[in-house]
Amino acid sequence: MAETTQGTGGLKYDSSKRSWPNEFNIFIALVIIVAIFELLGQVLPYMNGQSFLFDTNDRFDSIFNEARLKIIILQVAIIGIISLGVTQVIISGGIDLSSGPLVAATAMIVMSFAQTELVNGNPNPKAVFGPWAFDLPVLIPIMIGLAFGAFIGAINGSLIAFSRIPPFIATLGMFLICRGIAQWWTRGQPVSFPTESYAALGAGMMPVVWFVLLAILCHVLLRYTVYGKHTYAIGSNEDAARMSGINVKRHKVMVYMIASMLAAFAAIVLSSKNLTAQSGMGLFYELYAIAMAVIGGVSLTGGRGSIIGTVLGAMVFGVIQSGFTYVKLDAYFQIMAMGAIIIGAVVLDKWRQQRASMRV
Amino acid sequence: MSDIILETRKLTKHYGGVHALQDANFTLRKGEHVAIMGDNGAGKSTFVRQITGVEQPTRGEIHFDGKPVQFAGPLDAREAGIEAVFQNLALADDLDVSDNLFLGREKTKFDWLGPFRFLDYTAMRNDTIAALEKTAVKIPNIRNTIQNMSGGQRQCVAIARTATFHSKLTIMDEPTAALGVQETAQVENIIRTLKEQGEPLILISHNMRQVMDLVDRIVVFRRGRICANLRKEETDGQDVVAYITGAKTQPEYEVAEAL
Repeated sequence: MAETTQGTGGLKYDSSKRSWPNEFNIFIALVIIVAIFELLGQVLPYMNGQSFLFDTNDRFDSIFNEARLKIIILQVAIIGIISLGVTQVIISGGIDLSSGPLVAATAMIVMSFAQTELVNGNPNPKAVFGPWAFDLPVLIPIMIGLAFGAFIGAINGSLIAFSRIPPFIATLGMFLICRGIAQWWTRGQPVSFPTESYAALGAGMMPVVWFVLLAILCHVLLRYTVYGKHTYAIGSNEDAARMSGINVKRHKVMVYMIASMLAAFAAIVLSSKNLTAQSGMGLFYELYAIAMAVIGGVSLTGGRGSIIGTVLGAMVFGVIQSGFTYVKLDAYFQIMAMGAIIIGAVVLDKWRQQRASMRV
Repeated sequence: MSDIILETRKLTKHYGGVHALQDANFTLRKGEHVAIMGDNGAGKSTFVRQITGVEQPTRGEIHFDGKPVQFAGPLDAREAGIEAVFQNLALADDLDVSDNLFLGREKTKFDWLGPFRFLDYTAMRNDTIAALEKTAVKIPNIRNTIQNMSGGQRQCVAIARTATFHSKLTIMDEPTAALGVQETAQVENIIRTLKEQGEPLILISHNMRQVMDLVDRIVVFRRGRICANLRKEETDGQDVVAYITGAKTQPEYEVAEAL
């Protein structure tokens, strides 16, 4: 018995002794929020005992109110895709404010290369380019969109890594630049009528499919690859990362590129779903994406958070939004309440951090 | 010749007009533990910064493991086999023990994936346990993040890094300055373990008791110069203090000071 601890003083490799995962807290929060709305539905006089989550009409089909669940997931899927990238940026100790306008700019550009020639037998009234740009293979607009995202991300990352501009300022500048590009591209005109194959990218539940696939991909990247480990390391202690031989500058550029490519992909899915691109698209998306990450436990000081947390954060976000509509809260109040929730999530994170540092 | 692991010849560092380090001739043999002592500003840390590649010397040569070396940065020095333990500098709080041990030098699988190659967690954890056993470092659970550890445990993790990568020379800059009594004892035990294993070490410390306990030889710095090179058996605490304060200078170093 004594042998096992000899020399190592009780050194253990005990995987069961891992600390309580933060994601679990968020999941509990999600359940509580759903329960609150369920309760409100029963209690509020004007709700007539309507259920938030469960299907009270045709109980033979399914237990849950599928329509509402679908809407919740569909609502958060596209911003959720952006949030996957924002999560990585925040974990690396940065912030990306440019994703919303980037969605608009990318959607405008991509849609111009995804237009179909004939609409109901008539020439496309919203054509941006000449006949050469009609009915291109769907891969071309996708590649253009991702390349544009990578380009914007590379500028963001390079500014932050090499000119040492605070990420807030660099991406705020890019925020305006991208909104400008979106408006300049067609002088404010919407771009519409995509090809069938392009329209299929965001049709029906496709946004959710993309969100789930990309979430799995990003989870694997962050959790199981060198890229992910270095992202956490840089956000946790940049000096230590540098001393350990991590190429911090190159890595930051990579993180911002990946984030912007995810936002660009979200733009593709969104414009495909809406069958149109407009320069005003993606309003507040950057903030909602940050909010999802923060609600999901991603620490704004860097180093902590996970994709699982962000996905749960997105679900909380969607449930709250849907719940507000369900209890017939005025749309104006919804935005205000959302702001309060974001502040609350950050305060909670600060409080959690202080408690963690006091334990030492 | 071949048993000298580190030798500096006329190593000099000037910051503008300040002569922080002047003509330091220093040798360290394999398996030897040497303490560097001296008052604040005596040039100890400057000396360490030159041999760990944090700064580049104004003049002079560094020979490491029989070869002349020039380190462009701390990474170069680490790759050559010089591992420095600084106070709370090189650990990422949100990562666990083995992540920190292998930071920047991860064991990986599927290397063709480039920056997205996969981490070999199993191999790294096994090596971490081996390294902790080798240095007799006591850490309750290697899956804990550094954040939840005491100062002593953090220092132990930093020290365990040196054992993980079979470094040829370990440098510790005041490893116990911020630690409590028990934690200090823990770190000192690790240093003794390194001694038993024949790992050479340079220890910078103000703690006379610790130095007398742990090392073979004491090199005293004063005003940017080495002023004494004392075998532990031939000296005592008061003697060393006399050299540190300037009351005494060894004859062979006196010439240098007169210049």
